[in-house]
Formats: sequence, structure tokens, C-alpha cells
Amino acid sequence: MVFLLELLDMTLAVQFTGVSRVFGEVKAVDQVSIDIQDGEFFSMLGPSGSGKTTCLRLIAGFEQPSAGSIRIHGQEAVGLAPYQRDVNTVFQDYALFPHMNVLDNVAYGLKVKGVGKSERYARAEETLALVALDGYGARKPAQLSGGQRQRVALARALVNRPRVLLLDEPLGALDLKLREQMQGELKKLQRQLGITFIFVTHDQTEALSMSDRVAVFNKGRIEQVDSPRNLYMKPATAFVAEFVGTSNVLRGELAKRLTGQALPFSIRPEHIRFADDQAAGSGEVEVCGLLHDIQYQGAATRYEIQLENGQNLSISQANDQWQAGAPVYQPGQPVTARWARAAMIALQDAIPGEGR
Amino acid sequence: MEASLKARTPRPANGPLHRLSNLLYRKPNLYLALLLIPPLLWFGAVYFGSLLTLLWQGFYTFDDYSMTVTPQLTLDNLAALFLPANYDIILRTLSMAIAVSLASALLAFPIAYYMARYTSGKTKAFFYIAVMLPMWASYIVKTYAWTLLLAKGGVAQWFVDQLGLAPVLHFILSIPGVGGSTLSTSHLGRFLVFLYIWLPFMILPIQAALERLPPSLLQASADLGARPWQTFVQVILPLSIPGIAAGSIFTFSLTLGDFIVPQLIGPPGFFIGSMVYVQQGAVGNMPMAAAFTLVPIVLIAIYLSIVKRLGAFDAL
Amino acid sequence: MHSDSSAQGRASWGLKLAAWGGLVFLHFPILIIFIYAFNTESAGFSFPPRGFTLNWFSVALARPDVLEAITLSAQVACLATAIALILGTLAAAALYRRDFFGKEGISLMLILPIALPGIVTGLALLAAFKTLGIEPGMFTIIVGHATFCVVIVYNNVIARFRRTSYSLIEASMDLGADGWQTFRYIILPNLGSALLAGGMLAFALSFDEIIVTTFTAGHERTLPLWLLNQLSRPRDVPVTNVVAMLVMLVTMLPILGAYYLTRGGESVAGSGGK
Repeated sequence: MVFLLELLDMTLAVQFTGVSRVFGEVKAVDQVSIDIQDGEFFSMLGPSGSGKTTCLRLIAGFEQPSAGSIRIHGQEAVGLAPYQRDVNTVFQDYALFPHMNVLDNVAYGLKVKGVGKSERYARAEETLALVALDGYGARKPAQLSGGQRQRVALARALVNRPRVLLLDEPLGALDLKLREQMQGELKKLQRQLGITFIFVTHDQTEALSMSDRVAVFNKGRIEQVDSPRNLYMKPATAFVAEFVGTSNVLRGELAKRLTGQALPFSIRPEHIRFADDQAAGSGEVEVCGLLHDIQYQGAATRYEIQLENGQNLSISQANDQWQAGAPVYQPGQPVTARWARAAMIALQDAIPGEGR
Repeated sequence: MEASLKARTPRPANGPLHRLSNLLYRKPNLYLALLLIPPLLWFGAVYFGSLLTLLWQGFYTFDDYSMTVTPQLTLDNLAALFLPANYDIILRTLSMAIAVSLASALLAFPIAYYMARYTSGKTKAFFYIAVMLPMWASYIVKTYAWTLLLAKGGVAQWFVDQLGLAPVLHFILSIPGVGGSTLSTSHLGRFLVFLYIWLPFMILPIQAALERLPPSLLQASADLGARPWQTFVQVILPLSIPGIAAGSIFTFSLTLGDFIVPQLIGPPGFFIGSMVYVQQGAVGNMPMAAAFTLVPIVLIAIYLSIVKRLGAFDAL
Repeated sequence: MHSDSSAQGRASWGLKLAAWGGLVFLHFPILIIFIYAFNTESAGFSFPPRGFTLNWFSVALARPDVLEAITLSAQVACLATAIALILGTLAAAALYRRDFFGKEGISLMLILPIALPGIVTGLALLAAFKTLGIEPGMFTIIVGHATFCVVIVYNNVIARFRRTSYSLIEASMDLGADGWQTFRYIILPNLGSALLAGGMLAFALSFDEIIVTTFTAGHERTLPLWLLNQLSRPRDVPVTNVVAMLVMLVTMLPILGAYYLTRGGESVAGSGGK
């Protein structure tokens, strides 16, 4: 029976159980438990200082937990040095060795494991080809562009064929176009190699578009772990609702009137429309307010409405008509907003203790 | 075939170095201690041990008749520091240190200012090296060079004669407290040598302070209507004071402890350094020499506490 | 737009004159040493020189006292530099990253030997050696020199450590290198030129030191002490001039080398996009 349980555990790439990391007075990671499946593209999303990078460093072995257990492919990793773990990292600043050329950088992991010269260079060349950098081996890191350095860092981390690859905001230093291109390539690479990617980012679009599952971090704790679709459509907490995409979180008397419950709820701006002449249906709710700002954003237009109770409500309307009509609404105008009752997501007030 | 098999086998990772590495990884405090122990031992045993010995021996008794030291504790040496003769020595050294610091700040500022504001790239590197070279060039040889320069019939004399300035030099040398019988035995000569030797120590901190001053600050000042000299007085000068103060730490304390230059150039009369040297060497009165070393230490401590308020430590 | 050029107006003539005049002032006495070393005159300091000769070089280098002093100074400087390299590097490695109680005190302690006047350090060492019954000689000179050379190495090495991104070390361990391999393949190559620069500066400092040495040398005579002694012997002027020029070169060349080894401090090693 115990044997069977361990077999089950083997399908977990990384398992955190009640992990905390305290720096002095600061709880960087507070009682976090996560299961990351083998072969999964898993993202850790959160604002800076939310504990996501510390979690990554705990997996890599650059930090040791103050409490809790970390298992990597079933093996307890607490107390193990980074070089004793079968995980590799792509660093935020790439951390390419400036005194080595590209090929030596990529071959380094094999060199320190005692792999012979000809074999390690052959395998390094292979890995460079994997990231479309064949022929760049003789260059120094300083002679490469940002995107190329990023690929070298990726190849260097992949050369050891780790079972888990850690990526610490690897696309942060790239410009938008390059970043979008790399997102696609990373996803493709992950499918092709079938290894677990653990990806740290503060960019919610990036996390949503690439991941199988996303953990949302806030103040050292996990607010929600879910698929990108669920995270967006069914945020568990106000923090998730507001951090992932844009959301109107309504509370208090207004929430009670609209939902009949004391809990706050979230409604996405694009799920709200302006009331037309017809009366609201039974499955719909309405609020009135004063339109005070209009932002034209290209694909959509954002309307900011001051509700009667003082709260703000954002409405986003797609500009999906190719013919530009005359603007219907003007700032200062009283308006009525309407949305489907089912579009409201009730939120938990407190952060749940467990993120599983 | 065998070779490739061998290459594929990773080296066994359990050598003693590897195990040590694992141990040190798990115990970062042990690692830190291993790094710190050698330098701490050296400085603790050799350096602080010596300083404490010196301090302690300042309280030993020196017998003037037998010229011997006995480990009998006394405050006589400390009291002797306040004798008028010693008071003169301290005043002489102190006034020289202050004069040298002021003059080197005056002389260093334009050089540092030009380096920081009007040079870039190769010219800046050239100036930097041109200041670093004389700074690092042998102290004793630089002093020797000045004995050659100031000697009778030497270079300085030749230039003075060529330019027909002999009467001027004669007049300057006749001023009491500045002059002396010849250039190489005058206060002025000694002052020039000190000024020369410590000048680079003043240039570099001022230059660094001016270098940190963002150009936008000067543009802002000009934009707000300040004329160039107003910008200089209101913005540049106040912001370069930490650099000047930092540089003066060197010029002040190096002059205060020197005994080679006063011995070679200038009129007779002891400096603090020469007093320590003579007490220890010729007289053999180690306790008095030890007590005398307290003078520069105390003066420097006072000086540091003054310039610290000017921000000198941030500009070091 | 280059930020310098916007600030770079035109310097006034007075400022230019003061700056370049200052450089001339700094270099003229050094030039004098070079001129006098080739002077034909056998005594006195008359200017301008009478003629040009290389004769005094062979005379000086045939003198046993000169050779002994050169040998002693070179030995002392090498050994003091070696000790300073080890102690300075260890201290820099310990202090550059982790915060711990007493860290400030340790860095202050390292600077103290050059912050306090040389007479204090020299006399203190002498007092301790006498108390312990150690006869002053080459050993005591080395101990003194090593003590004030540590901070030179320490400053160079810690500056390089700070400039080297710590993620390089993490990357190395992440890729499977243990502490020793990381030291050999990553830290040492990145530290190399800083160690060389620090070592050269420490060598120059030791080779030239006279104030502390006066107290710790006993009957030994390093090259600076030999020079000082020569100043009271006017008959030997040509030999003194030649040796003075050699000492000047030995102390000036390392600073040039150190400059070229450590320049380009703006580019941060290992940092990605910047």
C-alpha cells in the first residue's frame, strides 16, 4: 500500500507541503502547499514580493525552507544543495558566464558532471540547434542580442536533460514582439520535450496564454491554483479577480441587494452592457450611475461609471463594428448598466489556507 | 567503443572535496567561519596585539640615568606630552598638516573639476592615469627628487635665476615662519614637498564627487536663471565638499604621521613623527615614543569626527 | 545622445591652464629623476645636466649593497603580497554578500593599518616583536608589509565580487557544479584580473614602504631604506640617481597594469540585457 502511494507520488514533479521561508521578520513564503504534475506547464503568478520567486528558489535549492517539506519526483529535497537536484534554472538575468563562449556555457553542466570533451560539445551543439542557435557556439555572451542570450540560457539549462525546468521571469527583459514570439516557442519546446516547466512571472497575460495551470501568489500565500480559464472565469478571491485581468469587485449593501448574499462578487467589464429600452430580464440585474470617463482603447472602449453608492464600475465594449458610428455616450451623462445574474462570481473574503 | 562508454560514465561525486562542499553548503556559518578565521587571526593576533602592546608600554617607566625601561606603570609619559617643548612639536606638525590640506584642496579643485566636467573617454583616462602614476610612484624617490630640485644650484635655483626672480625668492625666504636660509632648509620648501606628495590623494576624491554630480542638476540651475558663477557657488561647490573633506583625511593624517620629509627638507625642529622615531631609536625611550603615538591618533580621531559631518565618509 | 557631451561646454583658459599646469607640477619631479639618472656628472645636483651616459647603470648594478637591497625588497614584496592575496581574498569572500554581526567592524579593522599613521603601526609592531623576543629582520618586515597590503587586495577583490552577479554562482551550482568546481571554473576566472591587479598594487606598496619598515627592519636594509641612507652620502649621488629611477619604475608600472586589468568597471559581468 505504501509502495502504491509512492508510485502515485512519482507522477508529481514537485510537491510542497506546508512550506514556509522566513527572512528575519518577513514571511516570504507562508505555509504553501502545491502539487505540480509531471510534464505540466505550471506558472507562478503574482506581484513582486508575493513569494513566487522564493518558491522557485526553494525548488532550485538556492534557498532552504524554514519549515515544511519539498519533494522533487518523490525525493525529499530539503537539505540538498542545488547541484544535488535534477532541476535546472533559466535565470532572470540569464547569468551567462561572461568568460566562456556560448558553446562552453551550454556544455558547462556536462563538464562538471565529468562528460568527455567530444561528447559534451556534440550534445551542446545539439541543444543549441534545439533553440535555433546552431553556429553561434564561438561567440561570447556579450556579442549576442537579448533574445539570443535568452536562448543560450535556455539551452544551457536543458543540456542536462532535467526533469524539471525552472524559469524565473525569463522574458521580462525582452521587448513585446520578441516576448510574444518566445512565449510560443517555449510552449512548443515544453510539449516537444515533455518535461515539467515551472514558470515564474508577474505578467498575467503570459501566465494565462502559456500554462496548463497557474498558481496566484499574494503576500507569501497561494490564493488559487487553477487552469487559466477557470482562473479568469471563476476567480476564488477578490485578489485573483483583480490581479488576473480587470474586474469590478462590488461589496457591501450593493452586493447584498444584487446577489442576496453578504459576500463580495466580481463582474468582468466586458460582461456588462448598457441597458436598452427593454426592461431587464429575470436573469439580469441593473445598476444606475453617472458616466464620468471614456477611454478609447482601439479594440474596445472603456467606460467608467460612478455608482450611486460611490463605487466605481468599469464597462468594456468591443469595437467590433467596422463602421465607426457616432459616439452614443458622453461623460456626465446618467446611465444604466445591466448584466446577467450568472456572470457574477461570488468571492471568498479571506485567503484560503491551502492552495491545492 | 570503450572510450565513449567511459566518457558517458559521470565521475563519481563522492570525493573528499565534494563531501566538504556538501557539508559547507548545509552549514553556511561554518563556511563563513572558515573564510574569516585566517584574516581574523592575523589581524587579531598580529595587529591588535601589537597596538595593545604599544598602548600598554606607554605606561612603562623610563629611567633617565640608566637609560632603561622598567615595566612599572606610570602616567609620567602622558603628562610629559603637555610639556611646552612637546606642545611646540604638536603645534608645528598640526599647522603644517592644516596648511597642506588647505593648499592641496585649492590646487586639486581645478584639476578635479576639469577632469570631471570637461574630459571624456581617452582624455579622462589619460588624466586619471596621470594623477594615479605620481600617487603610486615611490614616496622616498619623490622626496629625493625634491631634494634635488631644491638643492643649492639645483633645478629650482636655475629657473629662478633664468627668470630673474632671485630678489623675489630672497624676499620670500626672509619672511619669518615661511622662509629659511635656503629653499631646501625653509618651511616653504618642506611645505611644497608635502603638498606635492599628497596632492593626488586630494584630486581623486574631489573628482569622484564631481563626477557623481548629474549634468541635469547644472542645467536645472541654469534653467532657473543662475549665472555660471552662481551655479558654481550655489550648486557645484556645496556638492563637492564631501569630496574635499574625504581628500583632506589623507592629506591631514599623512602629513601628521610623517617623519621622513621633515628630516630631509626644511629647518630643524621636530615633527610628531620625528619625535617618536628619535625617542624610540636614538634615545631608546620606548614608553615616551609609545605615549607620543597617542597624539596623532587623538588628532586624527578629532579630525575624522569633524569631517564626518561634512559627509567625507560617503565620498571615500 | 551621449550624456557627457551635453554637459561639456568649453573650459575657460584659466581652468585649462590650472588643470594642465597641475599635471606638469605632478610629473616634473619624476622627470627630474629620469634626467639625472643619465647625467654624466659624478657629484652635485647642478642643472641643466652636463651630458648623457648609461655608465652609472653598470656601476650601480655592480654594487653588492644595491643588489642585496633589491633582492631583499623583492623577496619581502613577493611574500607580503602572497600573504595579502590569501587573507584579502578570504576576507572579501566572507564580507561581500552575507550580513552578520561585526561585519562593519571587520572591514574597519582591515583599513586601520593604512588609516593610522605608519609610525603607529611600525612602533606597535616593534613593541610587540621586542616583547616576544623576536629579532627584527626579514620576517618582521614581511609581517608588517602583509598587514597593510591586505586591504589593497581586499578592495580590489570585493569590488569584483560586487560587480559579478551572484546568479553566476547559483547558475553554476544549478548546473551540477559543487562548491569547489564553482570556485575553479567560475569564481577564479572572474576574479583573476582583480587578483592580479590587487597583487601588483600590493607589491608596489610593499616595495616602496619606508615608514613602517624603519621600525621593523632591524639591521636589514630594504631598497627604500638604502635610498634614505644614501641621501646623507653626497659622493654616491650618481648611483643613488640610477637606483631612484629603478624604484620609481617598479612602483609606477604596476599601477598602469592594474588600471588596464580593472578598467571597464561599468559593464556588469553576467547581467543580461543591460
